[in-house]
Amino acid sequence: MSEQIDNPLQDEVSREASPVESRNIQQFISFKVGDEEFAIDIMAVREIKGWTATAPLPNQPEYNLGVLNLRGTIVPTFDLRCRFGMGRTKTTPYHVVIIASVQERTIGLLVDAVSDILTVNEDQIRPVPDMERITAAEFLSGIITVEESMVVLLSLEKLFHRGETSSSAELAA
Amino acid sequence: MTGSSFTPDNLAQFKATFFDECAELLVDLEERLNEMQAETADSEALNAIFRAVHSIKAGAGAFGFTQLVEFAHRYEALLDRMRDGLVQQTAAVATVLIHAGDILAGLVEAARSGEERSKDYGSEVSVEIDLLLAQVDGLESVITPVAAQGCDSDGGGEEPDRQPDTTVYVIDFAPRTELFRHANEPLLLIRELKGLGDLQIECFTDRLPGLRVMEPEDAYLRWRVTLTTDKSLDEVREVFEFVEDDCELAISAVAAEPEPREEDQDATAAGTRDADPAPSVEAPAVTDNAAPAADDAPATDGAAPSVQPAEERPAKTVSSKAAPQSGGVSSIRVDLDRVDRLVNVVGELVIAHSMQSQLNLNSGADFQSNQNNEDMTRVIRELQECVMAIRMQPVKSVFSRMPRLVREVAAKVNKQVRLLTEGEQTEVDKTVIEELADPLTHMIRNAIDHGIETPEEREAAGKQPMGKIKLSARHAGGNIIIQVIDNGAGINKEALLKKAISKGIVSEDAKLTDEEIEELIFAPGFSTAGSVTDVSGRGVGMDVVRRNINKLGGRISLHSTQGKGTCFTLTIPLSLAVLDGMLVAIGSEKYILPLASIIESFRPQGEQIRALAGGGEVVSMRGEYIRLIRVHHLFNIKDAVTDPRRGLVVVTETANGGKVGLLVDELIGQQQVVIKSIQENFDPVPGVSGATILGDGRVALILDIEQLKTMPAASGELWRPSSAAQTEQLAEEAQGNGQNAHVSAPTTDPEGRQLPITV
Amino acid sequence: MSKKVLTVDDSKTMRDMVRFTLSGVGFDVVEAQDGVQALSLLDSTKVDLIITDINMPNMDGVTLVKRVRGGSNHRGVPILVLTTEGGDAKKAEGKAAGATGWIVKPFTPDKLVQVVNKVCP
Repeated sequence: MSEQIDNPLQDEVSREASPVESRNIQQFISFKVGDEEFAIDIMAVREIKGWTATAPLPNQPEYNLGVLNLRGTIVPTFDLRCRFGMGRTKTTPYHVVIIASVQERTIGLLVDAVSDILTVNEDQIRPVPDMERITAAEFLSGIITVEESMVVLLSLEKLFHRGETSSSAELAA
Repeated sequence: MTGSSFTPDNLAQFKATFFDECAELLVDLEERLNEMQAETADSEALNAIFRAVHSIKAGAGAFGFTQLVEFAHRYEALLDRMRDGLVQQTAAVATVLIHAGDILAGLVEAARSGEERSKDYGSEVSVEIDLLLAQVDGLESVITPVAAQGCDSDGGGEEPDRQPDTTVYVIDFAPRTELFRHANEPLLLIRELKGLGDLQIECFTDRLPGLRVMEPEDAYLRWRVTLTTDKSLDEVREVFEFVEDDCELAISAVAAEPEPREEDQDATAAGTRDADPAPSVEAPAVTDNAAPAADDAPATDGAAPSVQPAEERPAKTVSSKAAPQSGGVSSIRVDLDRVDRLVNVVGELVIAHSMQSQLNLNSGADFQSNQNNEDMTRVIRELQECVMAIRMQPVKSVFSRMPRLVREVAAKVNKQVRLLTEGEQTEVDKTVIEELADPLTHMIRNAIDHGIETPEEREAAGKQPMGKIKLSARHAGGNIIIQVIDNGAGINKEALLKKAISKGIVSEDAKLTDEEIEELIFAPGFSTAGSVTDVSGRGVGMDVVRRNINKLGGRISLHSTQGKGTCFTLTIPLSLAVLDGMLVAIGSEKYILPLASIIESFRPQGEQIRALAGGGEVVSMRGEYIRLIRVHHLFNIKDAVTDPRRGLVVVTETANGGKVGLLVDELIGQQQVVIKSIQENFDPVPGVSGATILGDGRVALILDIEQLKTMPAASGELWRPSSAAQTEQLAEEAQGNGQNAHVSAPTTDPEGRQLPITV
Repeated sequence: MSKKVLTVDDSKTMRDMVRFTLSGVGFDVVEAQDGVQALSLLDSTKVDLIITDINMPNMDGVTLVKRVRGGSNHRGVPILVLTTEGGDAKKAEGKAAGATGWIVKPFTPDKLVQVVNKVCP
């Protein structure tokens, strides 16, 4: 997996689920955006790195931060806070970019901090109730309860499917 | 030994190699056929053609591509007769050879893609070949091809149900003295017999001469072997397959032997005798085994040519021409993926190194480490060039397809055309080569169809009836320059303009310069062919050619003189991976402009900038009015210089030879950059062709001038007044209506301007 | 000490198949693309068996066989000629030049091994 996990992970001991039938065990990386905890499938995560400035791409939605250089690969990076309609993140060197694979593309996700690796049984994942507040609730794929607090599972495919990531279609000559 | 066939993986790998090879062979074939067409064919060319077809046949046989084998076999037979001088090389025969080459290529493609071709695919050519062969071999000759057998079928060794009867054979084996000279070894034969059953061996020394006259390399001993086995006579005989001509051999069955099986195995000299029910078979005493009469041999291909000994063949010496297939240059075949990986890694090295250099600079490193750094820069650049060179290939592979195109198209439209090629060894990146074939094909078609006149017209114009087209390539800086020049009628500008007006591309009262009229050829949907011939006029025009060339980062321009001819010039970067760039700053962002397209840059005075009523702006430069593009506008960059008098206007050349001025804050410097794709992980971004990584590790976007032109806020592009008076008029017009009244934009793009305009 | 086989063929496909098959049963395989290359390789390398195609650029198989038999260092080494012509003409030509035997293309791995074992066990 990753060679440069940021501090939060080293400080905390990951809470392993009791060894049950590993048939339906899933692992997630959880992270903070604002006061909320989100998680994505660990299999999609390539690495986690500290925030570095990006080169903005012209005429993109606000949550598109532009591209960063990942050892020679050009990786488009998105501000999750902004994607959830909570305004742009004021970045500091302590912010974190999660490098993830979505449909054979590599993308970066700007989050406030990575918190944990969660190991859960499939039956611990609850469906998302009908949400009125978030119009685009389809990218929420479930909810896990971890020690009284709620972690929302995200579907990266739904968040960043092709065409969603840019508005080039209407701009293209 | 287990596993009588290759695993699917091996097979797939061998097949891949085979098809790679086929592609090369077919290119070679095409080239050689063209040589023959030029009627300078020497035996070397013929041999090379024969070998190419032969190799394809051999491989196809291995993989069981029956149809391909059968056709290649026919083709090869014809070539073989030609090598033997039995079929004369005439224009008609050359045509058959060329068509056969097409069919062969088609069958190879079918084999590669796994699609079926109809049974009668290529039958016309087959019939023509058969006719030619029949003239040589007699009318009843029919080509029966060697059966193709796939690797997964067992090679002729398949046994029907064998009766497990044992037979006792008595084998008398007396080698001739010269048996050893072929490196055959009686001991091995006996050992092999031993594998078939129980042996009793007697050795006779009666032929041993005295020591004085004994030749150490001659065979003198003879054997009688009694073999008890359940194998058939054929199988026993097969042991002696290679030495039949070098020995006296008698095999007789003591016990009744099952009926010999009729099987079509590799016809050996004994093949005919195998069906002989006589239990004892005497090998015919061939007195002179150095020259067995081939005519007596039962030929499996039913049309065995009388083979002359090799040395009486046309000499097969290496011709002075560099034989492309020669083993002189040792080469290896490398997967393109591996090369691409190498290119990427070296690209990263370049970036990492320039980051290090930057650090050195900033930290004020000492003299020594700066020295080391410079050495390293040089080495790394050389490494980069080496890696790029690996991907380079001569344009020959594309050029060599053209002669036949010219022949075919010229024949179709009844014109006489000769094609001259020049600089076909000029190398360019492999990916570029692949993209060249279509545009060149189209341009050459056009040249024949629209450029070169009919022989009558040419003579009437006092020209040679045969027109010429010259296709040339050369290097210039980091570009390859390819020209297609014809000495035809040139471009009829009036007709062109009329056409453009009738198509509504230009308004009636437009006054265009000659260059601009020529430019109309590249307008979308433009075709001057009076009727839709089946040569060009396929609804695909030069606009598509231009688009393809632009995609490669190249440009296309033309120059034409009426009555004299036309010259198209393509300028294409040698590689799609590296770019000489100019780093510019716009606000706090940095961008790369392709250096090749930059003409000059200047800081305009106030009076040089004119706003047009339509929202556009022009900047005048030595009497020319150039459209000003504010990149900060298009890209929505907040902190950029907005006053042109404080920034810089970079004048760049556009693909169609026009000019636009880009407003930037400042120029930072030239550098060679490694092009990185944005589309690998993202959708295309308008105005941006790619990205690169700067010395500090930051990403800079590479600007796409062609797209910037057509992005929203774009308006008329090029103003080239030919006099001061016109300049005045222009200014008034510009103030007056802003838009160029005489131009109607293509309906597909309400914003953009495709064509240069002059008033 | 495994035996060394030289495969001479201008077609990489063929060379690959020979190499793959024979190295699978313990032979060392070296390659050459034509007669000229083969001869220069034989100058410096000792082999136990030569398998050569007939039709090759620069120097064909028949000439190669003659040159090897006429030379000094490999004249006693078995040579198999690869031929697609099932016709005896080619075999005879190969034989006359001094070939030990032949193998008819297309061959199966088994067939190749069998023939090789015949002349070079």
